[in-house]
Amino acid sequence: MIPAAFDYYRPKDMGDVVALLQEHGDDARVMAGGHSLIPMMKLRMAEIAHLIDLQDVAGLGGISVESGQITLGAMVTQHEIIDSDALRAAAPILHEAALQIADPQVRYMGTVGGNVANGDPGNDMPGLMQCLDATFTLVGPDGKREVAARGFYHAAYMTDRDDSEVLTSVSFAAPKGGYAYEKQKRKIGDYATAAAAVQIEKSGGVCASASIAMTNLSDTPIWSETAGAALVGTKVDDAAIAAAIAAMQADIEPVEDNRGPAAFKRHAAATVLTRAIRRAWDRA
Amino acid sequence: MPKKMHIELTVNGQSHEFLAEPRELLIHTLRERLNLTGPHIGCETSHCGACTVIVNGKSVKSCTMFVAQANGADLTTIEGLGTPDVPHVLQTAFREHHGLQCGFCTPGMITRASKLLEENPNPTEEEIRFGMAGNLCRCTGYQNIVKSILAAASELNAAKEAAE
Repeated sequence: MIPAAFDYYRPKDMGDVVALLQEHGDDARVMAGGHSLIPMMKLRMAEIAHLIDLQDVAGLGGISVESGQITLGAMVTQHEIIDSDALRAAAPILHEAALQIADPQVRYMGTVGGNVANGDPGNDMPGLMQCLDATFTLVGPDGKREVAARGFYHAAYMTDRDDSEVLTSVSFAAPKGGYAYEKQKRKIGDYATAAAAVQIEKSGGVCASASIAMTNLSDTPIWSETAGAALVGTKVDDAAIAAAIAAMQADIEPVEDNRGPAAFKRHAAATVLTRAIRRAWDRA
Repeated sequence: MPKKMHIELTVNGQSHEFLAEPRELLIHTLRERLNLTGPHIGCETSHCGACTVIVNGKSVKSCTMFVAQANGADLTTIEGLGTPDVPHVLQTAFREHHGLQCGFCTPGMITRASKLLEENPNPTEEEIRFGMAGNLCRCTGYQNIVKSILAAASELNAAKEAAE
């Protein structure tokens, strides 16, 4: 499978990347690890006339954990996320989630920036970043701006990012309490049939706060505010979990595809969320 | 017709320079340009791992990397791990433990396993299965593949201890 021909660029600074994007508009795309884009190019579902490889662009790497604030450069790979002891200590949900993404070879190439910026509803990091209430930094012709992960996704592959902007980093406050990332998939390397990201804080034996986000159950990730709220003030017993599941079900809109009919996906969504809540509560 | 690029690669310690279209996939460069036919083309969709090579210290599926991305990189293929006369410990272990049936996935398996053992010299069976999850064997000979990698690990560790 040979993709359509393209011109290849490997700029060293972000100014040059933005200039190329402005010059070529719709015909240009940036590429991080390429493990979403290259398969699409090989299938000729994407034809990119001007391909901008970000691997040499300065300032896009690095994991920073400082005074409770975590920042991941867009080019940080899933492998680096798994490998970072500091990150695992500060935000273990990332470690748990990254281990469930793709396979070892793909995790050496796949980046957090590509995962969140692509807008593929199957990607795991967008839902996770909504759970963590992360902020994405975008750089474009007018400079830098920040967008909340919870407001970034409009529809499948449609995000708040303008064609001339590049997502450069992801940041969030170190999460507190218990966590779980639970993913149902058909095989290693598959996207989720359903996945749930949960963070729960416990205080005096009851749930003080809960954040719940679901993956691949709508054309965007779904942060279910009402599902989290259903747990707050409870002892996270069966009734509270049932209420959270019901609230989550009202927010998702799964459609039938090769992973199964919508009813099955709702069943899988309930199962992964139940497991995730129980595990997060145990760890809280 | 897009411009060809000047590409420089170091493969198994040998430097290569040539002109190529940026869209050329690394697996095609290796097999057709450099005659390194150890890395295989299996699924071509980055699932099977038959095309696995090592690029700048990372296990990479070379069907999902453009030669332009690899420009300037240092690569190792199965041909660089061992020779028929002096096989790599993993190659010997795969032979002794029947870690292959048809052999199609074997170069990718061994190349990936070499990186796995470098990162985790003493893996459990579970860690091997997880670390090898990007490589598929359609003969489904996984039991013996895992056994071979466990054997190679203890061989390498014994050699390391003897050296100390």
